[in-house]
Amino acid sequence: MVEIKKQADDTTKHVTIDVGDGVAIPSKKDRGLFTAWRVAFFGAIAIIAGLVISSPDPYWDILKFVPDGILVTFQVTVESILLALLIGLFTGLGRISKNPLINGIASLYVEVIRGIPLLVQLFYLYFALGRIVNMPPMTSAILAMSICYGAYMGEIFRAGIQSIPDGQMEAARSLGMSSSQAMFHVILPQAFKTILPPVGNEFVALLKDSSLVSILAVSDLLRRGREFAAESFDYFETYTMVALIYLLITLFLSKLISIMEDRIGIENE
Amino acid sequence: MIEMKGIVKHFGTLRALDRVSLDVYDGEKVVIIGPSGSGKSTLLRSINSLEWIDAGTIRVDGYDIHDTKTDINKIREEIGMVFQSFNLFPHKTVMENLTLAQRVVRKRSKAESIRIASDLLEKVGIREKANQYSTNLSGGQQQRVAIARALAMQPRLMLFDEPTSALDPEMIGEVLDVMVKLAKEGMTMVVVTHEMGFAREVADRVLFMDEGKIIEQGDPEHFFSNPSHERTRQFMDQIIQ
Repeated sequence: MVEIKKQADDTTKHVTIDVGDGVAIPSKKDRGLFTAWRVAFFGAIAIIAGLVISSPDPYWDILKFVPDGILVTFQVTVESILLALLIGLFTGLGRISKNPLINGIASLYVEVIRGIPLLVQLFYLYFALGRIVNMPPMTSAILAMSICYGAYMGEIFRAGIQSIPDGQMEAARSLGMSSSQAMFHVILPQAFKTILPPVGNEFVALLKDSSLVSILAVSDLLRRGREFAAESFDYFETYTMVALIYLLITLFLSKLISIMEDRIGIENE
Repeated sequence: MIEMKGIVKHFGTLRALDRVSLDVYDGEKVVIIGPSGSGKSTLLRSINSLEWIDAGTIRVDGYDIHDTKTDINKIREEIGMVFQSFNLFPHKTVMENLTLAQRVVRKRSKAESIRIASDLLEKVGIREKANQYSTNLSGGQQQRVAIARALAMQPRLMLFDEPTSALDPEMIGEVLDVMVKLAKEGMTMVVVTHEMGFAREVADRVLFMDEGKIIEQGDPEHFFSNPSHERTRQFMDQIIQ
């Protein structure tokens, strides 16, 4: 005999989603990773400082040359992630929709985009579609990145929404709320806490992937490095600095995310 | 108030409801008992269409709830529901749990919804917890908040789906007290429960369900003194022990 019944502890169920293509987010519980984070972070700072002090030419020149690129990298990352979140929200809702057409479109989008490498998507949007619609490189770059990451975000939103117990939707509907009211007031605010860690992870991953846009003549961190190296022929020195700066940024961001997670954890207590 | 005719519901190959018909009148208190898997919760949940049925008609206040012209959200505004697992909104305070639907669905002002909510929290004896999050409350307190949340919509009918089954024994009384108070005020109630003491005190009618059918119905005393079916007798023996 089957009776469809919800467990009493439904409402306290806590789900974490593990999607790992950013960097490992250091948690205080994981001593090894925590130590590795410190070694990598302070090590990178020490190496940059050491190089700049011991041989200002070319390291100091490199360090003066690339900050514009860091700003562009951040611009591409932040604008892409915001757009990707918006696309992801609608994709996630589409993926759980009972309407076969909406569900079909959302699922197809996710499957197609996830099956094509980001670099190919960038080329496609800028060079192939560029023959039809002429877009500035920056616009193409942000559009391609957000379309790509929107598909991943869609899956995160879907998982986040599905992690909320059915009883929440039922309770909201039984109070007379429409399904969109229930989604907006009850489900999404709760799902938000669950999806924040994987979204943070995607943010870091996107920042790293944003280096791909340098091929579209967008002057990001990597592009600035290339420009410097092309003139000075200091390839080794330049790319060492670029790599260390990327490392510092991603380590710093992952730390920020883990602090944010802790905050949310405390609120949940 | 509720007219259900020939309700059939399958879960896969299992026939959860087998041509069940049930009428509930204004102000009536109906208690549904039966073993687990008998279809009693499914029957209750089909009244406000949380459970989709395969055949039959359900009318609430004369409106066919499966008619595409019927706005199910409007019907649900008038039907309060209390769940076994409380289903309070964990991201909202007790007060916000009570005011959310009032504001979003009933479009009441903030002040009015808080006034109504405060009166109800007073009524269920939990006024002092208004600004706490529901996760800090005991099960009994959570269920009383859930009842108050449903009442805040000022429904004309209340459905209770095993409201005390998830509670520790010492907390069952506080929830039943609130339900008895509500019954005495004349609320129409359909309650799935095994609390025969409650049934004896308030029920106008008790239904015994098994294998998707209503096997027997009558006033509570009938079930205590001389149930006519063997299966009913066995079940009563089990739950009264």
